[in-house]
Amino acid sequence: MHFKFWGVRGSIAVPGPSTVRYGGNTTCIEVRGDNNELVILDAGTGIFQLAQTLFAEFPIDINVFISHTHWDHIQGLPMFTPMFVPGNNINLYGARDIVENRSVKDVLSRQMEYSYFPLRENELKSNMHYFDIQDQQDVQVGSIKVSNFLLNHPVLNFGYRLECGGKTVVFTGDHEWPLNIYAEGDPEYSDYQEFLDLRRQQTLDFFRGADALIIDTAYADSEYPSRQGWGHGSFDASIRAARDAGVKKAFLTHHEPTRCDDQLEQVFEQALKRNGVCSDDPQFFLAQEGVQIEL
Amino acid sequence: MTPGIGQQQDTAILTSAKDQLLELVEHIPAFPQAVMRILDITSRGDCDTKELVRIIERDPVLAMKILKLVNSPYVGLPQPIASVSHSVIFVGINTIKNLALSVAAIGMLPKTNAADFDMDQLLKHSLGVATVAARLAELLGVAEKDRSDYFLAGLLHDFGKVVLAQYKAVEFRQALDKSFADGSPLHQAETAILGYDHAYIGALLAEKWLLPARLIDCIGFHHAVEAETRDDQLRDCVALANIILQRLDFGFSGNRYRAEIPSTIEARFAMSGDEIISSLGDLDEELAKVTAFSN
Repeated sequence: MHFKFWGVRGSIAVPGPSTVRYGGNTTCIEVRGDNNELVILDAGTGIFQLAQTLFAEFPIDINVFISHTHWDHIQGLPMFTPMFVPGNNINLYGARDIVENRSVKDVLSRQMEYSYFPLRENELKSNMHYFDIQDQQDVQVGSIKVSNFLLNHPVLNFGYRLECGGKTVVFTGDHEWPLNIYAEGDPEYSDYQEFLDLRRQQTLDFFRGADALIIDTAYADSEYPSRQGWGHGSFDASIRAARDAGVKKAFLTHHEPTRCDDQLEQVFEQALKRNGVCSDDPQFFLAQEGVQIEL
Repeated sequence: MTPGIGQQQDTAILTSAKDQLLELVEHIPAFPQAVMRILDITSRGDCDTKELVRIIERDPVLAMKILKLVNSPYVGLPQPIASVSHSVIFVGINTIKNLALSVAAIGMLPKTNAADFDMDQLLKHSLGVATVAARLAELLGVAEKDRSDYFLAGLLHDFGKVVLAQYKAVEFRQALDKSFADGSPLHQAETAILGYDHAYIGALLAEKWLLPARLIDCIGFHHAVEAETRDDQLRDCVALANIILQRLDFGFSGNRYRAEIPSTIEARFAMSGDEIISSLGDLDEELAKVTAFSN
């Protein structure tokens, strides 16, 4: 199994000279199984460039797993060229929206409404299949087993764990470690904390032993206090989680759109130093567009 | 459970009423006080999670609907969640906030209904039963973290009356009048006129909405402590709290019948009914908080 980053930026695409090293596209990761099965994690703007590399494989089976439906994770979908080519099979997986009661299919259909896009969903020429998946429901894609786990974000967000040939990659989508909603003096505080701790253990078990953990690390720790509750991780929190879950490599992603490449490296280096990261720890990397990782 | 067992309700009537009622109940909005408070709190930039959870936890319609959605097969949580605050950890506060808003947005219960049943008094009664049920649990040595079940069960025990007042208004009015006139318990008058009672409807909805089995049983059997012989501490606490609140004339559930405390409940507490009540101490302060909320 191997994977490749096609988009590592959070919130909005920011192409330009200051982001050229790590990349300006929003989240998209290509994963290939041992039999070259194709899984795509999220459909941010990076999916457009990925699509350009697939033509030689048409007709092709493509399995797109959406972590959640915020714009930066679905914005590339209407421009995903393989959907317009007859013969391709495209399976789209994701959580149902329980607030608006919308299916995964509705998400794409609404993006392609008259006001927003020249073609409608029912004009797509490939064979489109939609799957509303549930918490901890396994999906087998050829030799790849894809499991999921609900993580904390301002909309339902699935983390995905892909296992193939004894190798494992985990992708969080967007995730903030949930906070205690009660203050320390409140009578409910300790019980709630107990439940939070249990939930953290379950989440770490989902990450456990991964060869690669791709984890939302949007904020510098100096930024985090003013952004609590926005649904994203920080460098310290990601380093701690990667250690606690015993992963081999951790790729920090969802880079802040306002951070240039130099600043990104600076924040990263400071975090490694502050946390005393050493050779016994997981290896930490900044996720970088265009980089392919063999597992 | 099978709602109605032990209450000898007419199966044919139940079957015909079931689908109709289940459909109608989808449109029941939250109690107006909670709706106003949620609209207020969520319109501020810094929505206080703790306060939001507190408001939802004290509104039976809202709490039930939110738990229904969180427990829906679309999300597919491995275990049903019975606590609004815990649901925040699974699906995130923003999802809970939006669920609350969308439930609130359906509209408000009219101040009056065709059955001329006072919803504010029912809310006050339900909150009182919830508070006392939690106190009774404390008396039995239930750990603090497990007492929220008792509160929630107390809050939801008369949920069926909300449905009846709204959608079976004429028959429910007849039942109220019959109960007032001949001094019979309201649930028996309901069964005489409708073929089923509010406990049955409440349990049916709780079942349909995939709430945990212990809540379904408690709602379904809160008037059948002696007929339904299974050992159920949660049901007994709610049934007893219900009797106590009637004696205190706190709120009004539409039932003027003063039930005796069943001997099985006295045995559970190893005290006489009066001893149980006096060992609860002064309830005024806690019930005053309830009054403040329901106003």
